[in-house]
Amino acid sequence: MSVSQPITVTVNGDRKTAEVEPRLLLVHFLRETLRLTGTHIGCDTTHCGACTVLVEGVPVKSCTMLAVQADGQQVTTVEALAAGGTLHPIQAAFKQEHGLQCGFCTPGMMLTSIALLQEKPDPTDEDIRWALSGNICRCTGYMNIVKAVRSAAAQMKAAAAVPAATAAARS
Amino acid sequence: MLPAPFEYHAPNTMDEALGLLDELGEDAKVLAGGQSLIPLLKLRFASPAHLVDINKIKDLDFLEERDGMLRVGPLFRHKSAERSSLLASRYQVMADAAPQIADPIIRNRGTIAGSVAHADPSGDWGTVLLALDADLVLRSRSATRTVKAREFFSGPFSTALQPTEILSEIRIPAARPQTGGAYLKLERKVGDFATVAVAVHLQMEDGKVGSAGIGLTAVGPQNIKAGQAEAALRGASLDDTTIKEAAALAAEAAEPTADQRGSVEYKRNVVRVFTERGLKRAYERARGGG
Repeated sequence: MSVSQPITVTVNGDRKTAEVEPRLLLVHFLRETLRLTGTHIGCDTTHCGACTVLVEGVPVKSCTMLAVQADGQQVTTVEALAAGGTLHPIQAAFKQEHGLQCGFCTPGMMLTSIALLQEKPDPTDEDIRWALSGNICRCTGYMNIVKAVRSAAAQMKAAAAVPAATAAARS
Repeated sequence: MLPAPFEYHAPNTMDEALGLLDELGEDAKVLAGGQSLIPLLKLRFASPAHLVDINKIKDLDFLEERDGMLRVGPLFRHKSAERSSLLASRYQVMADAAPQIADPIIRNRGTIAGSVAHADPSGDWGTVLLALDADLVLRSRSATRTVKAREFFSGPFSTALQPTEILSEIRIPAARPQTGGAYLKLERKVGDFATVAVAVHLQMEDGKVGSAGIGLTAVGPQNIKAGQAEAALRGASLDDTTIKEAAALAAEAAEPTADQRGSVEYKRNVVRVFTERGLKRAYERARGGG
């Protein structure tokens, strides 16, 4: 009845091929097949956003998508963020601003935030709250999460401005 | 949580998809955005033997005005509705509803047509389509038929859609000048279903109401069209008395049940208040304000 089928998903830049049952959810594919356990399962009912990953750059609740639907697509998980052991600005900002306590919701929070900052490099607090309204945190009270995203935005903007400034100085 | 086993089909064309549905009949479910269906599969409220995923079919994600109709494709997602300048300027009831659907992450995947076909009595889009007097195009391998939104919903999660059919297009009469709309929703928190919501769509003509559409969410076994309230508005000047009368009729059309979100009286009263406010907002917009 349920025949396994081959899928190839590019996860954090690596092409991964596996035989999966169609009923396997993307989150289980990531956590169990690929052993990428940074993506968390919080509620299992599409409410909490802990399992949020980026599919083709767009935040998706990976508990509400089938692994077979990700065939041929690019998926980004929290494991991709600290390239070469250096924290991504969003990770550094969550740490600096105390944007987490238990950390369970953090991977989803950060991935949703990254998608927001790609679209709106200079978001208002309202933009941040709106973008994160599908991600639930039970510890921080959200204030520091909003602060962290604001701080990451400033960091990323400053970092992006450096090459431009250098180029301007050279000319 | 794992869904029960099923066979997965991802056809590349609509013909292929309709062929599969024709062959599989009641054993198959169509998968669009999956934001209602996949949770149902996980909770094992649904366990179809086959899923027909239409996401690989090209050209189903569209929103366009053509031949006097606004046409919405089967894969047009909530997120796109939320960002559409066309909806914001000419179909405000849709533009108002879109950002109130579930949460931003769900809106990235969920579709209008999928939500309508799912027919949750607490779903928002069905109500919006009732207010807009939309037509739903239902296509099977052998035939295409058009059903009025008001004839489409037949009860909780029940519609006129046959197992062999796909909701292939939603058609809404193109907005004329002096059209305004509004969608008001009461929810306990972001992502919750409506406690009550009201959709209003107004077409003004020479200072009077040409036509009015009013839909009600979460106050009955299905999305409700408040026909008597609509009739009371037709041809009337939109003064306070008329608005109050229509709002009272809309409240009467509601069939709420008491639950953890509120009592019968409370919900009925929210319908009344939201209909008043919705009519005022829609009127203002029809006159070029708000």
